[in-house]
Amino acid sequence: MEKVLLIRYGEIGLKGQNRKYFEDTLRRNILLAVRNQVSDNQDIQVLRSYGRFYLTGFDAEHQEECMDVISKIPGVVGVCPAIVVDNVVDAVEEGAVAIMKEAVAQISLGRSTVTFKVSTKRPNKSFPFTSPEMNQRIGAVILKNVPGLSVDLHNPDIILNLEIREKGTYLYVYDRPGPGGLPVGVSGRGTVLISGGIDSPVSAYMAMKRGVDVNALHFWSYPITGQRAKDKVVDICKVLRQFHPQFRLFIAPFTDIQTQIIEKCPENYRVITMRRMMMRVATEFCKNEGGQVIFTGENLGQVASQTLESLTVIEDAAGLPILRPLICFDKTEIIDKAKEIGTYDISCLPYEDCCSVFVPKHPVTKPTLERAIAAEKNIDVDLLVKECVEGIREAQLEDDI
Amino acid sequence: MNAEKKELKNYVYMDNAATTKPYPEIVEYMSFVQENFYWNPSALYGFGVQSERLIRRARNSVASLIGAHEDEIYFTSGGTESNNWALIGSIRAFDGKRKHIITSSVEHPSVTATTEYLKQAGFEITVVPVDRQGFVDPQQVLDEIRSDTCLISIISVQNEVGTIEPCQEIGLCLSQMGPKAPIFHIDAVQGLGHVHIDVNKWGVDLMTLSSHKIHGPKGVGALFIRKETPIKPLIFGGDQEKGLRAGTENLAGICGFRMACDMCKNDMDETRDKLVKFKTKLVAGITEAFPDAVLNGPDIHLSAPHIVNFSFPGFRGETILYGLEERGVLVSTGSSCSSRKREPSPILLAMGKTQEEAWSAIRFSMSRFTTEKDVEATVLAVEDCLKKLEPWRKKMI
Repeated sequence: MEKVLLIRYGEIGLKGQNRKYFEDTLRRNILLAVRNQVSDNQDIQVLRSYGRFYLTGFDAEHQEECMDVISKIPGVVGVCPAIVVDNVVDAVEEGAVAIMKEAVAQISLGRSTVTFKVSTKRPNKSFPFTSPEMNQRIGAVILKNVPGLSVDLHNPDIILNLEIREKGTYLYVYDRPGPGGLPVGVSGRGTVLISGGIDSPVSAYMAMKRGVDVNALHFWSYPITGQRAKDKVVDICKVLRQFHPQFRLFIAPFTDIQTQIIEKCPENYRVITMRRMMMRVATEFCKNEGGQVIFTGENLGQVASQTLESLTVIEDAAGLPILRPLICFDKTEIIDKAKEIGTYDISCLPYEDCCSVFVPKHPVTKPTLERAIAAEKNIDVDLLVKECVEGIREAQLEDDI
Repeated sequence: MNAEKKELKNYVYMDNAATTKPYPEIVEYMSFVQENFYWNPSALYGFGVQSERLIRRARNSVASLIGAHEDEIYFTSGGTESNNWALIGSIRAFDGKRKHIITSSVEHPSVTATTEYLKQAGFEITVVPVDRQGFVDPQQVLDEIRSDTCLISIISVQNEVGTIEPCQEIGLCLSQMGPKAPIFHIDAVQGLGHVHIDVNKWGVDLMTLSSHKIHGPKGVGALFIRKETPIKPLIFGGDQEKGLRAGTENLAGICGFRMACDMCKNDMDETRDKLVKFKTKLVAGITEAFPDAVLNGPDIHLSAPHIVNFSFPGFRGETILYGLEERGVLVSTGSSCSSRKREPSPILLAMGKTQEEAWSAIRFSMSRFTTEKDVEATVLAVEDCLKKLEPWRKKMI
C-alpha cells in the first residue's frame, strides 16, 4: 500500500499535438513547486499515467502541504490523496477499509450516520471482477469493518473511487479543486506591470493562469515613496509566486523620470506622460528578457487615465502588445478575485506607490495623441528610458532574516 | 547579514526620541543576567532571592534618578503599559465616585487612546488646549478641576516637538489643595535623562518611565507610585510588585534599565550641555539651508535639548524622510507611532499649525551618542535632499 497524490488536469489534455509539451511543462512546474516549497527530497516524483499525474515519494507528514502547493498550480484541475494497492482483491479490500476509516474520522456532519457509495472504474479488463461486482463487494466489506456508515447510492456524503489500472488499483475519496487553466510557460513570455494596488496582482495571476511565463516590473520612486511601498510589492509577489514558482520581480528606478515630468511637462498630461514612459521602459525590459507582451491591471473607466482615449494614447508608446485581463471587470469582481488569490489584504496596506503621489487635480480624461506627444517635447525621452532600463534590478523574493 | 551590519554603521541616527541605541555594556550585562540569573525571583531558594535582590537594586537606581524612594517604583513592560495603568488604575481606585480626567491636547497616543477608551466607558475627559509653542497653561488646567476630578495627566516633554510642560507649577498648586486634590500623573518618557526630575518638588503622584529612551532595553519601564496613592492593578495574577503588577519579572530587562539609569545619572548635565550646543547648531544650519523651514515648538531653552522639529512647507514629510534616508540620515515624521498612518500630526494641528505644516514636519532627535559630525552631516543631507526635491515642491499631495 502506497500513498500518492492523484493530480487531475483538464484543458491541456485536449491540445492535440502540443499535448506532450503541455504535460511536460505542467509536470515540471508541479515538481518545482513541491521541491521549492515543501521538500527537496529527490525521491519525490511526478509520474504520468492515463491522463493523470501521481506525486510519489513524499513523506506522509508532507501530504497536506503538497496538496496546498499543487492545488495552486495553473493547469491543475484537482488534487486528492490516494492509495495504490496491488491488483489483488484482498489488498483492495484492506486499502478501502483504511481509507474509509480516515475519511469518516475527518468528516463532521453533526449526525451519527455517514452515508457512502463505492464507484469503480476498471480500465484493466484482466481484473477478475466487473465494476458492479467490485462496488458491491467492497461496499459490503466497508459496512462490516467501518462503524457508523450506511450506503446511499444517490446522494452519499462520501464517494470512494476505485480505479483498477494496469499497475495497480487507486483508491481515493475527496478532491481539492485546482485553478484549472494552462501550465505556466506554454503560452510564451511576458512582463506584468505591478503597482502594489489591488488590480495588477490579479492581472498577473490571470496571465499565469493562461500559461504565460510572466515576470513583474515595478516602478519605484524612492524617495518620493519609501521602502515599505517596495516591500508591499515584494510581499504581493511572494503570494503570486505560489502560482508560478519561477516568478521574478524587477524594480525600475522611476524617480528621475517623474522628476523630469513634474518639472517639464504640462500638469494635465502628467499621468498620461508617466504611463507612456512606463510603457517604453517596460517594452525595452520585456524584450531584453525574451518576452513578447505586456500585461497591465488597467480597467475601463476606473480612473481618468483609464478611458478608451487614455488607453489608446498610452498604448501608442508601447512597442509590444498590451494585454489587459481586467479591462471589463467591475471593481467588486476584481476585489473578489484578489481576495481569492490572497493579495487583497496586502494591496490594502496604506503605503503609496508612484502613481498615487502623482495624480494632478484635473487630469485630462480625453487626451489626444498630438497633445501627448507635444507634452513630451521638453524631456529627453530616449535618454530617460535608457537610463531607467539600465537601472532595473531584480528584487529578492526570499526571506533574508 | 554581513552586508547589513556594514550598512548600519554608516547611518546618522537622528531618531532617538523613537528609541535609542542601547549601551553595549548593557547588552552584554543583560546577556550575562539571562544566562546566569534565569531563576524566578519569587522562588524561595537562594538563587531566587539573589534575583530578587537584583530587582531591588534596580528599583533603587530608577528611584534615585527621579528623587523617589525605591518602594515607590513598580516595574512594567514599558511606557505604554505605565500610562495605561496610571489612567485606568486610578479611575478604578475611585470606584465610580470620581469620573473626570484632565489631560492636554499634546499627549502621547498611549494616553489619548486610553482616555478615548475611558470616555466610551462613561468617564468625562477634559482636554486642555496648548498654545502655538505647545505649552499648556497651568492655570487653565487648575481651572478645570471639579469635585469629581480623579486624575490630571500631563506629558513632561512633548515627544514630537520637545516642549517642556509646566509640570512643576501644576504640581505645586495641587499640593496646596490637600487631600481633595486629584491624582497627578506625569508621562515622563521623553523627559527622563533630559530634564531634571524631582517627584517631590514637582508634587507628582504617578510618573511613567521607559528604559529604551535612555539607552536601556526595550520591553521594560516603570510607574512611580507615591505612597498612599489610590491605584488598582491593570494586570492581575501573582503578587509581584506588591500585588499591583502581576507577571514574572523581566529580570534582564530590569537590570538593563538599572544600568541605563546609573549611566544616565552620571553624565546627564554633560549630555545636556552638549545637546543644547548641537541643537543650536542644527536649528541654525537647517534654517540657513532652507530659509522657508518653520521651527515647531518653543525656543531652544524652553524645550528639551534632544528634539528638533521643522516643517518644510511644500513637501511631504515622508518624502523628506526617505530622501534623508537615501543620504544616510534617519529621522521621523513625528511620533513614530503615527508615522505609519496617513494622517498629519495631530500634535502639530493641536498647536495651531496649518495642514501643510503638519504634513511636512520632520523630527530630528539626538542622544548622548550623537556627535558634532552627525549634526553637520544632517544639515548637509537636508540641504542636498531639498535641492534635489525642489521640482516636487508644492506638487506633492
